[in-house]
Amino acid sequence: MVVFEKPKSLTDAEFHYCPGCTHGIIHRLVAEAIDSLGIEGRTIGVAPVGCAVMAYNYFSCDMVEAAHGRAPAVATGLKRSMPENIIFTYQGDGDLASIGMAETVHAATRNENITIIFVNNAIYGMTGGQMAPTSLPGQVTQTSPYGRDVKVAGYPIRVCELLSGLEAPEFITRVAVNNVKNVKAAGKAIKKAFQNQIDGKGFSLVEVVSSCPTNWGMTPQKALQWVDEKMIPYYPLGVYRDKSAEVTE
Amino acid sequence: MSEKVLMKGNEAIAEAAIRAGCRHYFGYPITPQTELAAYMSKRMPKIGGVFLQAESEISAINMVYGVAGSGKRVMTSSSSPGVSLKQEGISYIAGSDLPALIVNVQRGGPGLGGIQPSQSDYFQATKGGGHGDYHLIVLTPASVQEMADLTSLAFDLADKYRVPAMLLADGTTGQMMEPVELPEEKTVSVDKPWAVTGTGMKRKHNIINSLYLQPDELEKMNFERFERYKLIEENEVRYESYLTEDADIVVVAFGIAARVSKNAVNEARRQGIKAGLVRPITVWPFPKKALADLSKTAKGFISVELSMGQMIDDVRLAINCSRPVALCNRAGGMIPSPDEVLDSIKKMQEGI
Repeated sequence: MVVFEKPKSLTDAEFHYCPGCTHGIIHRLVAEAIDSLGIEGRTIGVAPVGCAVMAYNYFSCDMVEAAHGRAPAVATGLKRSMPENIIFTYQGDGDLASIGMAETVHAATRNENITIIFVNNAIYGMTGGQMAPTSLPGQVTQTSPYGRDVKVAGYPIRVCELLSGLEAPEFITRVAVNNVKNVKAAGKAIKKAFQNQIDGKGFSLVEVVSSCPTNWGMTPQKALQWVDEKMIPYYPLGVYRDKSAEVTE
Repeated sequence: MSEKVLMKGNEAIAEAAIRAGCRHYFGYPITPQTELAAYMSKRMPKIGGVFLQAESEISAINMVYGVAGSGKRVMTSSSSPGVSLKQEGISYIAGSDLPALIVNVQRGGPGLGGIQPSQSDYFQATKGGGHGDYHLIVLTPASVQEMADLTSLAFDLADKYRVPAMLLADGTTGQMMEPVELPEEKTVSVDKPWAVTGTGMKRKHNIINSLYLQPDELEKMNFERFERYKLIEENEVRYESYLTEDADIVVVAFGIAARVSKNAVNEARRQGIKAGLVRPITVWPFPKKALADLSKTAKGFISVELSMGQMIDDVRLAINCSRPVALCNRAGGMIPSPDEVLDSIKKMQEGI
């Protein structure tokens, strides 16, 4: 009896992610949601520019590689031309909250019926650890070597809080993958974000607070602890918008 | 034969696109092409199509990229500063071998420039425009009729070669009204096995992508693409030749500049000067061979442009600098008069 196996909607390609990186977990959660909803054959994923740039090799559904920050616009084109298909984007913090902020906000305010998986690890990973729009005050990165000075570089952007100020979006939630309990909750949120699209409810975004041991300069264990002690207090987990729940209440 | 209707150039593009099977339009307002978007916003909802005003030209072109990936006919339109913004997306579309139509109703530049007609995006349109090695198929309408006809052709060529096409118009052809015979409604069925439409669990996943981290693979993709460009150069050059057979002086001009030039050529002929006109309809691929052949008999060439002289480089290259090539130009939104072109012809006549 098989008790544990690789989700079917992941290919056999080996991940290129660093040891201890949580992208692997999040890929798996996305794939499990796709499997359990039985939608692989009609799902199209949009990969970002950033660490997940090669996500198109890892998901066995059809995939599109977008330019930096443009995934929500690309997803809009895909969804508008194929409303019966399920379209998701998988984006990092630099991609979604810096260069792609306009695309993110406008896809949200159109209540575009797409699913966005937003991985927030407070740093630009692929380019080697520069300050991100979500880097914490005081956080040391390659481009904030003395720590993020909010007087110079401004404050981190809380994406869920910002987007939930809009009228339109259906579902906005923040989860984390730093322990088993949180991983389970993250899996549920991701599945709901896909289910919403199947049900035609509209824009669903799951922010996943994540870690980057390599560029944070920490062991994987220490990085997960840092998520708990530093990241989550600044980025509180929870549901920021759930229109369906509001209606039923 | 359908009947002729009086239409604005920008609207003729929109209607021709719909009749060519385009059901997806994404744009952002900019003068002097906004009528195109307005027309689409009226028509698309009535025929089950998609009109979406994007948050920026950048988003619009990336929506185009998404639809093009799904294999459906799609377009965007803008004017010079907006087309500059689209260049990133155009490069991705070219690098992913996707068909799409981009319309540039050019205005004067650089920078914010002006809103009057121009042809100063010639370099951008014909040499690639964004980063990397690539070309667009670039068609240049000189009448409202051609706004319609070339739009239809652009979709077909883009699909045939998996290359994005550009309709390089200008503020004059965009804004003027002329009688036009609209093309018949086409049913398009082009096989696109590469499109991302969902695997249906029946095939391996398709990937729309322009990233190749292995340099040898990226080189291979570039070589393969340029093989296709070679085919386009062999098969898809289009131009109009007017009174060139015995011409001593060949005027080369496209779009609105060609219409002005035709008047000047007629007047030159009336005055006994053997002038002719080559009007490139495709500026990429450029009618190199036609000009090279004419250089055997013609004594001089004049490039008439609404720019500081961009196409003139291609004219010189086409004839391998074997004859003098003069520039007759206005810029910034100004259009040369037939008399100005005639003066250039006369000046060259004296010199040869």
